[in-house]
Amino acid sequence: MAKNELKKVMEVKNLFFTYPGAPEPTLKDNNLSIYENKITALIGPSGCGKSTLLRAMNRIHDLYPGFKYEGEINLFSRQSEKMENILELRKENELIGLRQRIGMIFQKPTPFPMSIYDNVAYGLRLQGIKNKGELDGMVEEALKGAAIWKEAKDRLKESAMGMSGGQQQRLCIARSVALKPEILLFDEPTSALDPISTGAIEELISELKKEITIAIVTHNMQQASRLSDYTTFMYLGDIVEFGETEKIFLNPEEKLTEDYITGRFG
Amino acid sequence: MNRLFLNKVVLLLSTVSALIGIGFLFWILITLTYKGVASIHLSTFTNDLVEGGIRNLIVGQFTMALIATAVAVPLGVLAGIYLREYGGNSKFASATRTLSDVMTSAPSIVIGVFVFALMVDPVGTFNGWAGIVALAIMMLPIIIGTTDNMLALVPQELREAGIALGGSKHKIILQIVLKAAKVGVTTGILLSFARIIGETAPLLFTSANNQFFTMDLNGQFPSLTVSIYNLATYPDAESRELAWAASFILTMIVLLINLAGRYLTRNKH
Repeated sequence: MAKNELKKVMEVKNLFFTYPGAPEPTLKDNNLSIYENKITALIGPSGCGKSTLLRAMNRIHDLYPGFKYEGEINLFSRQSEKMENILELRKENELIGLRQRIGMIFQKPTPFPMSIYDNVAYGLRLQGIKNKGELDGMVEEALKGAAIWKEAKDRLKESAMGMSGGQQQRLCIARSVALKPEILLFDEPTSALDPISTGAIEELISELKKEITIAIVTHNMQQASRLSDYTTFMYLGDIVEFGETEKIFLNPEEKLTEDYITGRFG
Repeated sequence: MNRLFLNKVVLLLSTVSALIGIGFLFWILITLTYKGVASIHLSTFTNDLVEGGIRNLIVGQFTMALIATAVAVPLGVLAGIYLREYGGNSKFASATRTLSDVMTSAPSIVIGVFVFALMVDPVGTFNGWAGIVALAIMMLPIIIGTTDNMLALVPQELREAGIALGGSKHKIILQIVLKAAKVGVTTGILLSFARIIGETAPLLFTSANNQFFTMDLNGQFPSLTVSIYNLATYPDAESRELAWAASFILTMIVLLINLAGRYLTRNKH
């Protein structure tokens, strides 16, 4: 691995996160880097904090007041060409800007109760794009990018609620991709899907990394080893080990990582 | 005791209970239809109360109910949104929710008397506005309650997905969450409308009644329900027949609105 070729797009530094009303932090002194156009997997047993960490990266925790962040999450800004701490953002506008740069896909598909077209156009319209021709082009591009154009092109005006679970999930990916985000966060994107849909989504994610940097939380160890370039193993709110996926899976440094990966607990 | 025997006894008892309930309902409906239809003539719809018809009463009842709806729907839906989306479990929100629940079962006559003291007594005359306010007060807790409950059924992930796409909270609520709960909220509005369209007590002391056709909400306002109440106590046969006709028509209106509400919810599943 030639370190100098890798570009950090996000850097989590000494991050502590406390949920509203919780007596102690859920995330404890987390340190982690996310590299450009790579897939970083977050694995660990239930309750280890991997989703909590992921949800800090686009500040979606902010929906539920009373939380507490400490430390830094630095995001590379293409404008200033510097790392900027996203935990310093305060205004709603700044957070909206952040979320346009960092998209998120959830465990359960979350199509909006509107047509397939409007689902994809929704985020674009929020950005103020109104021109029909422009929207048409961007919607088509996004649907193609999420490998669902073939299935969707003849039913763009139909409700998205009528699609299958796997299609809905790809639609949600299209919806995020449409905004051309720098990073996409996937929170167990396939755990509610059948194996065939899961395969399609995994293929799509590997395809997407050419354009977008990806962080993915998964319970499925095979998925992490198949998909990711880097793996983070978390346990009880700590990052136990972070490194190249191959190394984590074949030759982990920590005993705990090895025990988890070989299925001795979890 | 034998389980099968016990099963039969319970089945029999519950069937009989159901039959008794439905029996009374059909008895009312059949009597209404029998007496009502016989008393309905074309003139029932074309004449005003003063000439033995109910044209002005239907118009008056609907005018008040529709304006009350126009007032109560935005207030109620917004209050429901506040309770579910913004209030959370704050003390103010909990208190409002409890109060609203209590209001749902407040006796309608009490609301009528309250509005009388507020809007009739000070101006010295019964007026349509007072009737509208009384009806709106009756609708509010129903709309607040259903909006609150229907929004609660919208999965949290949907809100998060909207926020994650760069939406602001109020846009997500208005454009996505409310849309997802549209059917339930609409049903609540329809049911609350069906509830007030047949109310007498809130109008008795507020808008009272008017024999003539009028659109002047500053004075006594014609009402179908209050007229039924009055007509039924008159000694002459014509008045009582008209009361039957009016009751039948009112029942049909309420039935239709309820059926529409049910149809809407059924369509969803």
